[in-house]
Amino acid sequence: MNRRVLRRWVSNGMVGLMILAVIVAVLPLVFILLNLVIKGAGSLSIAFFTRVPVPAGETGGGVANAIVGTLLIVGTASLVGVPVGVGAGIYCAEYPGARLAKLTRFLADVMNGTPSIVVGVFAWTLIVARVRHFSGLAGSCALAMLMIPMVMRTTEELIRLVPHSLREAALALGYPRWRTSLAIVLRTALPGIVTGSLLSIARIAGETAPLLLTALGSQYFSLDITQPMAALPLTVYQYATGPYEEWHRFAWAAALVLILVVLTLSLLARLATGRRFTLNG
Amino acid sequence: MAETVRLATARLTAMYGKFTAVKDVSITFQANTVNALIGPSGCGKSTFLRTLNRMHELSEEGWITGRVLLDGEDIYASRVSPMQLRRRIGMVFQKPTPFPTMSVYDNVAAGLRVNGRPGRSELDGVVEHSLKQAALWDEVKDRLRGSALALSGGQQQRLCIARTLAPRPEVILLDEPTASLDPGGTQRIEELVFALKREFTIVIVTHNLQQAARVSDTTSFFYMGTMVETGATRQLFTTPREARTEAYITGRFG
Amino acid sequence: MFRVALTIAALAIPILLLFLLLELHSGARLAISRYGLGFVTGSTWDPVAEEFGAFPLIAGTLLSSFLALLIAVPLSLGVAIYITEFAPRVLRQPIAFLIELLAAIPSVVYGLWGIYVLIPILKKFVFPVLRSGLGFLPFFQGPIYGPSMLSASIILAIMIMPFIMSVAREVLIAVPGSQREAALALGATRWEAVMSAIIPYARSGILGAIILGLGRALGETMAVTMLIGNRNAISASLFAPGYTMAAVIANEFSEAATDLHFSALAYVAFLLFLVTVLVNALARLLIWRVARGSGGGKGL
Repeated sequence: MNRRVLRRWVSNGMVGLMILAVIVAVLPLVFILLNLVIKGAGSLSIAFFTRVPVPAGETGGGVANAIVGTLLIVGTASLVGVPVGVGAGIYCAEYPGARLAKLTRFLADVMNGTPSIVVGVFAWTLIVARVRHFSGLAGSCALAMLMIPMVMRTTEELIRLVPHSLREAALALGYPRWRTSLAIVLRTALPGIVTGSLLSIARIAGETAPLLLTALGSQYFSLDITQPMAALPLTVYQYATGPYEEWHRFAWAAALVLILVVLTLSLLARLATGRRFTLNG
Repeated sequence: MAETVRLATARLTAMYGKFTAVKDVSITFQANTVNALIGPSGCGKSTFLRTLNRMHELSEEGWITGRVLLDGEDIYASRVSPMQLRRRIGMVFQKPTPFPTMSVYDNVAAGLRVNGRPGRSELDGVVEHSLKQAALWDEVKDRLRGSALALSGGQQQRLCIARTLAPRPEVILLDEPTASLDPGGTQRIEELVFALKREFTIVIVTHNLQQAARVSDTTSFFYMGTMVETGATRQLFTTPREARTEAYITGRFG
Repeated sequence: MFRVALTIAALAIPILLLFLLLELHSGARLAISRYGLGFVTGSTWDPVAEEFGAFPLIAGTLLSSFLALLIAVPLSLGVAIYITEFAPRVLRQPIAFLIELLAAIPSVVYGLWGIYVLIPILKKFVFPVLRSGLGFLPFFQGPIYGPSMLSASIILAIMIMPFIMSVAREVLIAVPGSQREAALALGATRWEAVMSAIIPYARSGILGAIILGLGRALGETMAVTMLIGNRNAISASLFAPGYTMAAVIANEFSEAATDLHFSALAYVAFLLFLVTVLVNALARLLIWRVARGSGGGKGL
């Protein structure tokens, strides 16, 4: 009897420890979001979104160049990364037995685990070292390379969820194979693929390390993607590690904007998924 | 009334890699008849059906020997496009397969649109006619733009039949079309099959013997990959020639 | 036509990886021919004197990652077990969602938060307690710096926790309910059922989750760069600054002036890539074995 009580005690104690683990794990999230709002919101102003940085020591200015830079770099990366990733995903789902599909699937996992800084070094040696200057475009290439395996894996998984019977029904109606893939299978999986793509865009929008070696950052407003370019994550890094009090306030504000961008994309992604579930009843 | 052979197989053998699923089957299907294929599960009747519109070759390692003749022409000849062929020989599956992202209207029009760009009024006419033939028009005419997934299982299956009818095929293959339906839904499909033979030639796979007896003109009994017996339905069910057929229809195995 | 387009897309991944390997290797060629494998054991990293050895970087990378695992593994496994086995049904999704949200926060934001919030807290409350309580150990002696090995490891732990948690959770969900019921039917408490039936069943998958977390930690750059202090030395004290492979690349690459310096940094990237590939391949293998095992366990 005594032993039984002890055993129940141990069980309850462990559950208590696990609840503690949940609290400890969630605490940083609450803390980070609160700090971002408290320390960042105060510096947000119209000027913050419309002006470019002023020289160190002066007050005022904004991060318009970094916001535009992030949009351009991430947008360009998505233009390449999403179609290639989706195409590779369709290939692996349509020809699952093909040797190339097995190879690609395995290497996509390898690539997903590759540190982004290593991809940055690659983009540097491939592009920056050859054209002999930093550029937003080189940053886009690095980010696209990070996107491709993520988009590919979600695309493949979602296409595999489409029932085989739908594909057969289309083929039996006289659909050519490519049209079956696009108009029926891909179309059915599309909401999920949009979600996956948005999530991966959100992921790369916050990437900093590869941009350090490619886009480099810039104090000026620029729409020329072949030149060095500012980006929000770079701004956060440079201001956070800089010596001035004013910079630190800007770093918090820029981080707040960055996290809002990332969370908005994630939220949009979830809305797209929600629609899919209602569609499929 | 002169009988014309619409579809025939000659010494047809269907393989999955090295495994023989259907062996040496020769059957003829007359125009404007309903032909049932019966037999225990795994007997090859569905595989046989899938060779008739070249769906079998899409299965992993699926291939055939022998010939399948549609109006006297070999459908496996190299100049025949499988896509064109499947528009002449339509197919309906066991589970209803409406395209989930399309409306009721677009589902019915899907087979026509893949064939070119039909005009608006032409399309409207064909969709309405096909849905009427599939005995679904009255139930869906007010929600043609609604999602096909909102329909009941039986309605979805009739929608799939309408979708198959729309391109005006010569032959319709039905692969256990009522297996996933309730008795009410099953009855409507059976009535439909009976009515459709005025215009089409129908081959239906079923494991429901009463269904075969009710709707078909001829019945073929498959067992372990071979076709044991084929003949007029009435004759096959009352005076089967083969002992195995008799054993099966009297419920002694299968 | 369609297949050709898809094939090109599918080929992109192997080709990019091949290029990556070739480019890193050719970038590192100068350093490889100069130092060979001695690069791994050399302990001087001096760009001015053009003398490069990566041992402190490698040691720093391994140490920070293992410390992070030490903190993150109990936490993430506790959370994963709690939400698959014990939590009320309504709480399961929300808790998992919140913790996965941690994975959405960019690394640089962790770095910012680490510098201005976490480090002051650690310096004021946590580190002094550790030193007075565990000061007899060499790891907790010496002066307290803000940016340090321990600070970086703690931020790393927070960052890899969601990854370990979500993979471990998937693995635990894959354990058949019959395992749990069998143990409970024998009179085990719920905790005993977890330890005796569920954990052994999911063991290799959980190990895979942990190794996947290790892979993340090894390559994590920004937050570590901002918190570790970037001093190229090995110190017994965890309160002292350190350096990692990823951090040295981030700090020095855009400022490197000589070919040899670039080449040494590319060599570091090359090594880092090889290590993470090995670690990830191992993790995938372990997770894959559980996925297959649970399929087989249901009886085919």
